[in-house]
Amino acid sequence: MSRHVVSFTVNGVPKRVELEARRTLADMLREDCGLTGTHLGCEHGVCGACTVLVDGEPVRSCLMFGVQAEGCAIRTIEGLAAPDGTLNVLQRAFRTHHGLQCGFCTPGFLMLATWLLERDERLDEAALRHAVSSNLCRCTGYQTILDAIRAAAQELDRWEDSAAGEARR
Amino acid sequence: MNWVGRAIERFEDPALLRGEGRFTADVAIGARVVRFLRSPVAAGRITRLAPPPEMPAGALFVTAADMPEVGAIRPMLHRFSYRAVEQPVLPRDRVHFVGQPVAAIVAASAELAEDLVELATLEIADETAVADFDDALAPGAPTVHAVAPGNVVVEGFVRQEGVDAALAGAHHVETFAFRSRRQNATPLEGRGGCAGYDRATGRVRLTASTQMPHMLRTGIAELLGMPEADLQVVAPDVGGGFGQKMSLFPEYAVLVWLARRHRRDFAWIEDRNENLIASAHSRDQRHVVRAAFDAAGRILALEADILANVGAFSCYPTTCAVEPLMAFAEYPGPYKVPLYGARARGVLTHTCPMAPYRGVSRPVITFGMERLMDRAAAALGLDAAEIRRRNLVDNFPYRTATGMTLDDATYVEAMEEAVRLADIPAFRARQAAARAEGRLLGLGLSVFNERTGYGTPAFAARSMGIVPGYEVVDIAMTPQGEVEARIGASPHGQGTRTTLAQVIADRLGLAPDQVRIVHGDTDRTPYGWGTFASRNAVISGGACQAAADKLAERLKRAAAVVLQTTAEQVMLRDGHAVGPHDASIAISALAQQVHQRSDLFGEYNLAESASYDPPGTFSNACHLAVVEVDAETGGVAILRYLVVEDAGRILNPMIADGQVRGGIAQGIANALYEEIVHAPDGNILTGTLADYIPPTSAEIPAIEIHHLETISEATATGAKGLGEGGSIGAPAAVANAISDALAHLGVDIAEIPATPPRIRALIRAAEAKARA
Ligand code: FES
Ligand code: FES
Repeated sequence: MSRHVVSFTVNGVPKRVELEARRTLADMLREDCGLTGTHLGCEHGVCGACTVLVDGEPVRSCLMFGVQAEGCAIRTIEGLAAPDGTLNVLQRAFRTHHGLQCGFCTPGFLMLATWLLERDERLDEAALRHAVSSNLCRCTGYQTILDAIRAAAQELDRWEDSAAGEARR
Repeated sequence: MNWVGRAIERFEDPALLRGEGRFTADVAIGARVVRFLRSPVAAGRITRLAPPPEMPAGALFVTAADMPEVGAIRPMLHRFSYRAVEQPVLPRDRVHFVGQPVAAIVAASAELAEDLVELATLEIADETAVADFDDALAPGAPTVHAVAPGNVVVEGFVRQEGVDAALAGAHHVETFAFRSRRQNATPLEGRGGCAGYDRATGRVRLTASTQMPHMLRTGIAELLGMPEADLQVVAPDVGGGFGQKMSLFPEYAVLVWLARRHRRDFAWIEDRNENLIASAHSRDQRHVVRAAFDAAGRILALEADILANVGAFSCYPTTCAVEPLMAFAEYPGPYKVPLYGARARGVLTHTCPMAPYRGVSRPVITFGMERLMDRAAAALGLDAAEIRRRNLVDNFPYRTATGMTLDDATYVEAMEEAVRLADIPAFRARQAAARAEGRLLGLGLSVFNERTGYGTPAFAARSMGIVPGYEVVDIAMTPQGEVEARIGASPHGQGTRTTLAQVIADRLGLAPDQVRIVHGDTDRTPYGWGTFASRNAVISGGACQAAADKLAERLKRAAAVVLQTTAEQVMLRDGHAVGPHDASIAISALAQQVHQRSDLFGEYNLAESASYDPPGTFSNACHLAVVEVDAETGGVAILRYLVVEDAGRILNPMIADGQVRGGIAQGIANALYEEIVHAPDGNILTGTLADYIPPTSAEIPAIEIHHLETISEATATGAKGLGEGGSIGAPAAVANAISDALAHLGVDIAEIPATPPRIRALIRAAEAKARA
């Protein structure tokens, strides 16, 4: 297998990695970059545990090849907290609302929610439910994950009441 | 201040939220990668097994022939009817299910190892497979294992005198025959292990995604014939288990064998397909349950015929009897059943072995009893709540027909509260109005009890060769005054580090963040069992409480010396040991003095150990579901889901509610979506998460939870345990609601999951019947 050199940034840090063309982005992050916060729940694009942000968009890192990350800005769960480990608003909301049990799905939900909270549009209930249904959690039954993201959006003033959202549409 | 009962945030969360948790696959990076060559057929004789023609340097190909000294997995059940089936770590001659590991292949990377698996040669002379119990029980069926002719691996039979007469003379006999399809517990993290060899000591450290590290160590040491002391098993962060990760899987034995033989580190992280087809399956059962009722709708007798497809082998340590025999022992549930008869059979087939899954057989028996109650109510002209009212146990302690003692509970009260909250008359009006518009709404109840926190006696009654039950806690205080508690049990997402710290903090007058719970490492924890059977809060909680109380006595004796009083006069509160007249010393200062100035105290450490082994208790709940069925598509939407549950004292309400919600999500999946489907030849048609479809947030509704709190005398902490209840109650509640929505068509749910095609088929059949 031929090897390729890929340059990209992860959580703002420039990286240069040599890898096989068939290595997935997830494996590149975990094994070549040592960022094991991104988890693999299925490796076939269904569970969303491996979700990371590539140039601002959520991507299932098990479905993208590492070599495709050339020149991309990648963000992973490791980039969410402050350098001293202080949790950000979203992470804190997951803790307060018990949005995790075993924590295996959590990286994917956090990155998905990060994207939701950073979009131009404010987040409303319909958009929240639509987006969150793209990932699987086996422990929580989802309600507390929705609660956590909703609370974070409110705290960040990114939340749109459904009624108001409806009126705007 | 009491910490027990408060919804404090979990100590587990910050690392997990930062992506700094440590799961098995994280530890495995850098180890040699092991992949397994698996059987593509369900039954057959291996005729050729060979490595790829070219093996890269350092690659290994390991088969049974390489490990002649390794034994077979052979869990025991000391029952006359049990056939002790043996599962080879790697098979020598025959394969018994699709996905069974046949050879291990080792390479430097996962990619390479997978290439080699593709290039290896495995030829098998196919034999006729039996995948279903009907095929396996048919006359002349192929025998899965010679030790079990007829394919029945375990059988239970009881028939109390009077059952026949009661059935013959009853005012009404209700019979319900149903099928529960096969499930996979589907933890989001699959199985995996990393066996590291320590050349300095010759020991192996196996990091594995397991619920029972001590048991895994014992099992592997026995299989490999190695000193148990030379094996350390570590369960790091475990990404869910739900029972599936209790068992000893052959792959773990291979990893440890490789590490010892080659004196290096080897890791196997399964992929989702392996998990779905080859880990462990559950709940593949068919029951016929029959009850005799008197004219007032009271049960006179109950009989059940229970068949469980246990797959090709018997799981270690619980054995494959766990499903059939639990159904056998616990069928009557929360109901007064004066006379009982049952026959339960575990049937061997050429399929993936059965192992416990959250609730084990109770989701199935609750489905049976609760559907039976609704059907009988309809036949007798009673409403669903009334027939239950007349039959639920309301006088405690109650000795069941199968010899169990039901301790104080709220079977009737929980149901009444659920019925009140749901306002059933108002619902019936809505239902009628909706039907007039062509919309089909239904409401379903499910009342059940959940045997929890049972120790050695309950397991011993099952005649298991290995009898789990007790838990031991070693507790110690550091010279700075923090507490370390080492527990034998090992959680997989339950927040145990938090809840047990709450229990200990209360006994020692400390805050929970001064307590560290150490678990999941056989080198650092006392021998114990694990987290399963809704036992951790009760049993580890009770042991923690006892250990903390012993440590408190030591602290009080030491404080008495400093405060010049007697131990009886000392109280521990707010981080201080307080004597008469408010004289006090900080516990941290006291701890330091005991360790460093033992000359003053006559004792020189602050360590204790305690165990707990309770008889068990029963928590209970009523689930109530409101659904809408789309008659065109057969789709079901859950409009409302409410739970009234009684698990005694709740240690941490946030965590307890999380267990209830998560369990219900799995129970809804059981009712509507998830099914392992076999082709007749035993191949699996649902090998991805796009075919075996765990629900998303779009399918799982918000769940309303209401608590009752019966403080049980049967447990030390007053907690009853509730880890499984959600998944036990939900299938019945949802199926009853669907049946209610479709009752006017004469449709009745007798098979789960009630998928859209199944519901459509029932509706079509009912319509055809109406036309005829
Ligand atoms: S691991 Fe990528 S979607 Fe499941
Ligand atoms: S918290 Fe376990 S899978 Fe989501």
